[in-house]
Amino acid sequence: MSSTASIGAPTRERPPASVYGPIAWMRANLFGGIISSIVTLVLGALILWALYGLLQWAVINAVWSVPTTATGALDPTSCRLVHGVGACWAAIGDKWRFMLFGRFPYDQQWRPAICLLLFIALFWVSSDSRFWRRELALIWIATLAVIFTLMWGGVFGLSYVPQDEWGGLPITLILATFGLAFAFPLAVLVALGRRSTKLPAVKLLSVVYVELIRGVPLIALLFMANVMFPLFLPEGMNVDKLLRAQVAIILFAAAYLAEVVRGGLQALPKGQSEAADALGLTYWQKTLKITLPQALRLVIPPLVNTFIGFFKDTSLVLTIGILDFLTSSKTAMADPVWQGVSTEIYIVVALVYIAFCYTMSSYSRGIERKLDRTRNR
Amino acid sequence: MSAIPDPRLAGARMAPKRRMQLSWADPLFRSIIWQVVIVGVVAGIIWYLVANTERNLAIRHIATGLGFLGNTAGIPIAETVIPYNPATSTWGRAVVEGILNTLKVAVVGVVLSTILGTLIGIGRLSKNWLVARLTAVYVETLRDIPVLLQLLFWYTLLQALPEPPNSINLFNVAFITQRGFKVPMLDWQAAHSWALVAFLLGLAGTLLWNRSANRKRDETGEKPAVWPVALALLIGLPVLVWAALGAPFAVDIPKLGGFRNRNFIGGGTVTPEYFALLLGLTLYTAAYIAEIVRSGIQAVPKGQWEAAGAIGLRPMAVLRLVVLPQALRVIIPPMTSQFLNLTKNSSLAVAIGFQDIVSISGTMLNQTGQAIEGVGIIMLVFLTFSLSISLFMNWYNARIALVER
Repeated sequence: MSSTASIGAPTRERPPASVYGPIAWMRANLFGGIISSIVTLVLGALILWALYGLLQWAVINAVWSVPTTATGALDPTSCRLVHGVGACWAAIGDKWRFMLFGRFPYDQQWRPAICLLLFIALFWVSSDSRFWRRELALIWIATLAVIFTLMWGGVFGLSYVPQDEWGGLPITLILATFGLAFAFPLAVLVALGRRSTKLPAVKLLSVVYVELIRGVPLIALLFMANVMFPLFLPEGMNVDKLLRAQVAIILFAAAYLAEVVRGGLQALPKGQSEAADALGLTYWQKTLKITLPQALRLVIPPLVNTFIGFFKDTSLVLTIGILDFLTSSKTAMADPVWQGVSTEIYIVVALVYIAFCYTMSSYSRGIERKLDRTRNR
Repeated sequence: MSAIPDPRLAGARMAPKRRMQLSWADPLFRSIIWQVVIVGVVAGIIWYLVANTERNLAIRHIATGLGFLGNTAGIPIAETVIPYNPATSTWGRAVVEGILNTLKVAVVGVVLSTILGTLIGIGRLSKNWLVARLTAVYVETLRDIPVLLQLLFWYTLLQALPEPPNSINLFNVAFITQRGFKVPMLDWQAAHSWALVAFLLGLAGTLLWNRSANRKRDETGEKPAVWPVALALLIGLPVLVWAALGAPFAVDIPKLGGFRNRNFIGGGTVTPEYFALLLGLTLYTAAYIAEIVRSGIQAVPKGQWEAAGAIGLRPMAVLRLVVLPQALRVIIPPMTSQFLNLTKNSSLAVAIGFQDIVSISGTMLNQTGQAIEGVGIIMLVFLTFSLSISLFMNWYNARIALVER
C-alpha cells in the first residue's frame, strides 16, 4: 500500500536479506552448498576446539609469575605442577634478557638494546622511497659503524666486550644485515658478470660461483667456514667464529642476490641499453646511470623476499655453536630451574621471527602493488 | 642485366674483417686484458689459499686423500638402510648410509609436500571463506618461522610422548612412544620381491596400454577402457605371482619385551628424529608450494574456466583437463627450486640428531681430521642431487611446455 502512496518520491529500500547483510554473506561464503556447509561445520568445530585448548593452556592454566624463595632464587614449583596443562610464562619473564642478548655482560645490555633500535630504524629509513638516494649508502655505513662500536666497545669509555660474549637477537640482525650490506655489491658484480657478452671468462666464473653456492646447503658452507677457513689462512692468523660465519653467509647471500639482480636486468627492455649505447655512454655510465637503477627498482619485492630468507637462515649458525637468537633461547631452556619449559620459549621465538618477517613481507607486497600500478598506468 | 651482381647480396653489408689492434681503444683488446686480469686475480687468490692449506696440513700432519674411507668407522648409526656394523664397517659405508638417509628424507618429503602444498594452494582459492582464510593463515605463519625452529619444536614435542611401557596403543598393533612409532612390518620374503617386480612390469604394461588407447582415440574418436587392464595388471598380476609362490604372509607385530619390559621388540620403527625432520620439512615446504600452486592457477585467464564451463565440462574436469595443464607451465620452474630447497634443508637433520650425510660427514671430519675431504663429500653429494633434480625437472618442463606452431 505504502508503495502506491509514495510514487514520485521513491523511498530508499534496503536490498532483501537474501543478497545483502551478514546472513547473505554467510550463505554465499560459508554455506554455499552441501559439501561447503559440511566443511565449514567440521572446520569450525575443529578451530573452536583448538582455540579453546590454546586458551586453556596459554591463559587460564598458565603461570605468569613464581614466588621467590628465602635465598632469593625463583621457586618454579607452581610451573612444574601445571606442566602439560598450562604454560609457564614465568620462565620467559626470568629468561627474556638472556634470550635477547645472550651472555653479553648484564649491566652493559643497554648497548645491544640500542643496537636493536638502530637496526629497526635503519630498516625503516631504507624502506621509504624518499630516502632512496646515494646518501642512503652513507647512512648504512654510519649506522653499521655505530652498531659495531657499541657491540665491541673499548672506545669512548665503553668497556670491551669480546665477541664470544655477544649473543641473542643482535647477532641474528648483525649476520643478516652485514650479510646483505656486503653481499649486495658482490651480487651486483656477479650478476653483471653473468650477463656480460664480451667477457666469456668472467661470465664462466660468475656462473660457476652462483651454481656452486646455490647447489649446496648453507650448513655445508658454515661447516666449511668453521673447519676449512683456519686451514686457508696463513700460519698464526686467526679469525674468530662469528666473522667466519659472516663470511660464509655473505658468500651464500651474494649468489642468491645475484640471481635476483640478474632477473631485474633481464626484465628491463633492451631499448634502454641500446639507447644508452646510441648516446655513446661507456659501459659503466650505462650500467650505473641507466640499467642498474631501473633493474634494482624492479626487483625490490624479490630482494626483500630473499632477505627474509637469509634472516631466517641465520638461525642455522646454531649448528656451529654461535649464540644467535634461536641458539641463545635454546640455551636458556637448559636452565635446570626451568626444566621442561620449551614450547613456551619456542613460541615466543617464533612470534619474534614472525613479527620481523611478516612486516618485511607485507612491505614487499605493498611495493609490488605500487609497481604494478605504475606499470599498468 | 643479370651480369651485374646485386651489390646488396655481394657481401657489401658484412663488416670488414679487422685485425685486433694492440691499443686501449680497441674493445676486443680491452676485453682480453680485463679477462686476463680478473682470471689472474681469482687464480692468484685460489693459489694463495691452496698454498696456505698445504702448509697448514703439513704442520698438522694430516695426509690428504680419500684413503681413510677404507678405515673402520667405529661410529654408531641409529638408522640404517643397508647393513652396517660400527665395529667392522668402513667410513665409506657410513657415508653411503648417510647419503641413503638423506635420500630417504628428500624423496618422501618431496612427495608429501607436493601433495599437501597442492591441497593447500587449491584451498586458498576456495569459495568457502573459512577454508580460504585458514589456509592463508597456515601459509603466512609457517613461511615466517625459520625451518630449524620448526624442526626443533616438533622434535621437542615428540620427546614429550610417553616411554614404552605407557605408550599410546593403536589397536594393539602399532604403538606411539617417545622412542618412535612402532609399526607392524611384513616379514619380507622372496615372493614379495617377485610380486613387486610383477607390479613394476604391470605398471609399464598399463602405461603402454594407455598409450595405445590414446592412439586409438586419435584415430577413431573412441578410447578403449583403460581401468580393467590397469586393474588386472597392477593388482591381479602381483597377487597371482605372490599366490603362485605359496602366498607367504607373516606380520611382525611389535610387543613389549627386553629388560623389565621397558622396550619394544620386533616390528618396524619410525624414529622420532626421522619423523620430526620429515614433518617439519613437509609442513614448511608445503607452505611455499601452496603459494606456487595458487599463483599458477591464478595465472590461467578466467576465460579458460568460462570457456571450459560453456562446453559443458564438470568443475573437476575443468581443473584437470583445462586449467592444470596450463597452470603447470607456470608452476614447474619455481617448484623445482622448492624441491631443491627441501633437499638442501634436509641437512638440518644435524640439529636434531638424524644421521644424514651432513651429520655423518661432520662426525667423520671431527674424528679423522680430514676436513677438506669431509666438506668436499658433502658438497659433491648435494651438487649431484641438485643437478639431477634440475635435469629431471627441466626434462619434464620441456615435455609439458607449450608447443607453438
